[in-house]
Amino acid sequence: MIVFLIRRLLQSAAVLLAMSVLVFAGVYAIGNPIDLLISPEATQAERAQAMHMLGLDLPLPLQYWQFLVNAFHGNLGTSFVFNQPAISLILERLPATLELSLLALIVSLVVGIPLGLIAGLKSGTAVDETIMTGSILGFSLPNFWQGMMLIMLFSVWLGWLPSAGRGETGQILGITTSLATLDGLRHLILPATNLALFQISLVIRLTRSGVRETLPLDFIKFARAKGLTERRIVFVHVLKNILIPIITVVGVEFGSIMAFAVVTETIFSWPGIGKLLIDSIMNLDRPVVVAYLLLIVTMFILINLAVDILYSLLDPRIRLGDA
Amino acid sequence: MPTLSVRNLQTHFFGSAGISKAVDGVSFDVERGEILGLVGESGSGKSITGFSIIGLVDPPGRIVGGDILFQDSSIVGLPQNTMRALRGRKIAMIFQDPMMTLNPVLSIETQMVETVRAHEKVSKAEARRRAVETLGLVGIPAPEERLAAYPHQFSGGMRQRVAIAIALLHRPDLIIADEPTTALDVTIQSQILSQVQSLSRQMGMSLIWISHDLGVVAGLADKIAVMYAGRIVESGPTDEVLDRPVHPYTIGLMRSVPANLRRGEPLQPIPGMSPSPLNRPVGCPFRLRCFAATEICASEPPESRSDAHSWRCFHPQPPASQP
Amino acid sequence: MGASRFKLPSPDGFLGRSARGILSSRKATIAALVCVLLLLAATFGPLLAQQNPYDLSAINLFDARLPPMSPNSNGGIYLLGTDAQGRDMLSAMIYGLRTSLMVGLFAGLVALALGTALGLVAGYYGGWIDALMMRLVDLMLGFPAILVALMLLALLGQGVSKVILALVLVQWAQFARAVRGSALAERNKEYIEAAGSLGLSDVRIIFGHLLPNCLPPIIVIGTLQVASAIAAEATLSFLGIGLPVTEPSLGLLIANGYQSLLSGEYWMSVYPGLLLLITVFSINLVGDRLREVLNPRLAER
Repeated sequence: MIVFLIRRLLQSAAVLLAMSVLVFAGVYAIGNPIDLLISPEATQAERAQAMHMLGLDLPLPLQYWQFLVNAFHGNLGTSFVFNQPAISLILERLPATLELSLLALIVSLVVGIPLGLIAGLKSGTAVDETIMTGSILGFSLPNFWQGMMLIMLFSVWLGWLPSAGRGETGQILGITTSLATLDGLRHLILPATNLALFQISLVIRLTRSGVRETLPLDFIKFARAKGLTERRIVFVHVLKNILIPIITVVGVEFGSIMAFAVVTETIFSWPGIGKLLIDSIMNLDRPVVVAYLLLIVTMFILINLAVDILYSLLDPRIRLGDA
Repeated sequence: MPTLSVRNLQTHFFGSAGISKAVDGVSFDVERGEILGLVGESGSGKSITGFSIIGLVDPPGRIVGGDILFQDSSIVGLPQNTMRALRGRKIAMIFQDPMMTLNPVLSIETQMVETVRAHEKVSKAEARRRAVETLGLVGIPAPEERLAAYPHQFSGGMRQRVAIAIALLHRPDLIIADEPTTALDVTIQSQILSQVQSLSRQMGMSLIWISHDLGVVAGLADKIAVMYAGRIVESGPTDEVLDRPVHPYTIGLMRSVPANLRRGEPLQPIPGMSPSPLNRPVGCPFRLRCFAATEICASEPPESRSDAHSWRCFHPQPPASQP
Repeated sequence: MGASRFKLPSPDGFLGRSARGILSSRKATIAALVCVLLLLAATFGPLLAQQNPYDLSAINLFDARLPPMSPNSNGGIYLLGTDAQGRDMLSAMIYGLRTSLMVGLFAGLVALALGTALGLVAGYYGGWIDALMMRLVDLMLGFPAILVALMLLALLGQGVSKVILALVLVQWAQFARAVRGSALAERNKEYIEAAGSLGLSDVRIIFGHLLPNCLPPIIVIGTLQVASAIAAEATLSFLGIGLPVTEPSLGLLIANGYQSLLSGEYWMSVYPGLLLLITVFSINLVGDRLREVLNPRLAER
């Protein structure tokens, strides 16, 4: 187990390094942000001075090295636009994205698993057809348009829910989050639903195929031979078997959810890192883009690692090994 | 009153390729405390007979004719709930592959306690005590500790003992064992055989032991029924049938088992293959492979008997003609 | 020795199966018909559309923001209203559909070709080529497509070709993985061995013999990926980093209508969105049916 962990950590570090090179090279080739930040009438000397101040006159490899050194010290550059360390900018906004993504994840599980169960148990019937077609509709819906429709329906026409922004925050277990207030929740509902939608389809399919694969297995027949009720068979025997793969896949998808939040945050003006990214790309605010990408890559690697560990803990066959 | 009385049972499967007559007119009785060995090659319908009795025939199959009397009342076509109450309590079943029979993600304790509580309102502690007691009965050492384990932590033989223990939890009146030792080592096999035999004698349980192996059944059963192509072709007390087999198929079976021959004697496998249940020949199903077949065999052979020994054949072989 | 010793498994079987599979499902048949209709609309649309919405002389600024069924100053009606510049929504949608379909189909096809070629090579040669390829594929599939596309487009800038490039780069991996699996399975079959013994060159074997028998997953994934490319392009355009304003796709139309949504002028974003939805949904339905028919065990999304 320890060996496994160390190996994975080393692998992750390697990937992180490789990504940092790619990210750095890519972003720094976009264009020269100096043109954004100083007036076109500046003289060559002023330009050169500004470039020197921002470190843009060093050769690329040196810039990269500088960047790596700084990264280890937690300094991923200063935003050109906000004049604030990029990393702190991102960390400020991270909680907003996290609570949105988390809620979306929970919604997708709460809605998707029961629907998938029903579809799997009633496989081949009209109910199953309907659910499956519905799930295809779910992931055919363009995410951004669906968000707009939600706003139209619930904000503009019905006026029930707010259309933009994050609500008030409160404290849960010492963490400041908008999940803690009613106003916060009201602001969270629409964007979380929007973000959850494409996940729901995945969860439904996974659950359904899990149920269909597990039901014909021998131990289910044996459970029936023991005289257990169908309810117990489905909710304990079947569910426990399929939950493990579902949770692992969905766990890995959490990274995707956070990435997709980019679209949702744009539509709902949600002050998270996704919106920050889009704005930064538009403004050529390189340090922020780099910091964001590195953060996401790190999160991905961490999530993958966490899910692997979670899987090995949940499946007794792996956790306990052989007697 | 016999514990179980099967009368002309017919279980058919309705598929796109046609009707598969898996069980085509099977009748036998099992008295209290009696062990019946149901023997036949794969495809003979013996397992389906077992499933029919316990009411677990999967669609597209169903019982289409005949009756099954358990303790003098018919159990065919009973509502699911009534049948469920019988399963595991009065009629129990043990399957062939113990690895697949036990749910890999649930502990032995869970799987045993749930069986107890499915039929009786007892506390978890009481159910646990029963589980420990039964595990001890089947010869599992240190049952208290073993309860917390998971199926994969047991060896094949142990797992099957656990399955047997589960079957015994409610001291059922009838146990159906579907090839329970086929997947195990020969030495473990004989251990389990003798254990099961003594347990059933002890508790006055009726036992139907389904197997393709005459040798296994020989030492265990009080009476034998030989199945071929969905029908019983010969049945009677074990010694009778094995020493003085009358039906050409039984004779063929005996001759093709190495244990029955003396050194140097050639094996005589039965030529041909058993007919597909979709397409049974008219009349005696064995006639195309039978060394004694004549034209009359194209019509349905009558059942004949002499004391407890019965057979279905136009040309029963007198003992004198056998080597 | 000779060609008579081995019989090429016929790839035509699956075309027939595909067609039968679609026709046997009412849902899929309707979806397929819709796809055909959309293709026709996109191809012949400009002839039928009221105006070319990108011909500045044809649009009338005074007609801006008119709701559906408003009268046209030329005597006709704007069936679906007009946008902020006075363009007829229906015409804009038809042109937008053209662009969306063209980009989606093209990107999908290029990704198909690239992914298939790489997958075939990986499956055929095996060994380190395969291992390397699969690492790459895993890496690509491990990251959310949208981020990769975002990054690429931020780097490359705007333009149709760049969007297509980004889409291709994001999509090739799916093809490569599925085709490689298929190739691995087919590779050990007799007809490949026989072809080798005939002295055919590797290229010939891969593309002439292996490929036809790996077609089922290609078709299924191809269909689903085209749908996904169309949706992805729409998202990117909506975010402002997709196609340039001169070649608006449905995504850009929706983006343009976003601001007006809040003031109740819904038609500028609802209708293009519906059209996009219908397009992607129909393609997905057909693809799903094909998947059921050709290879039910194909990895589910």
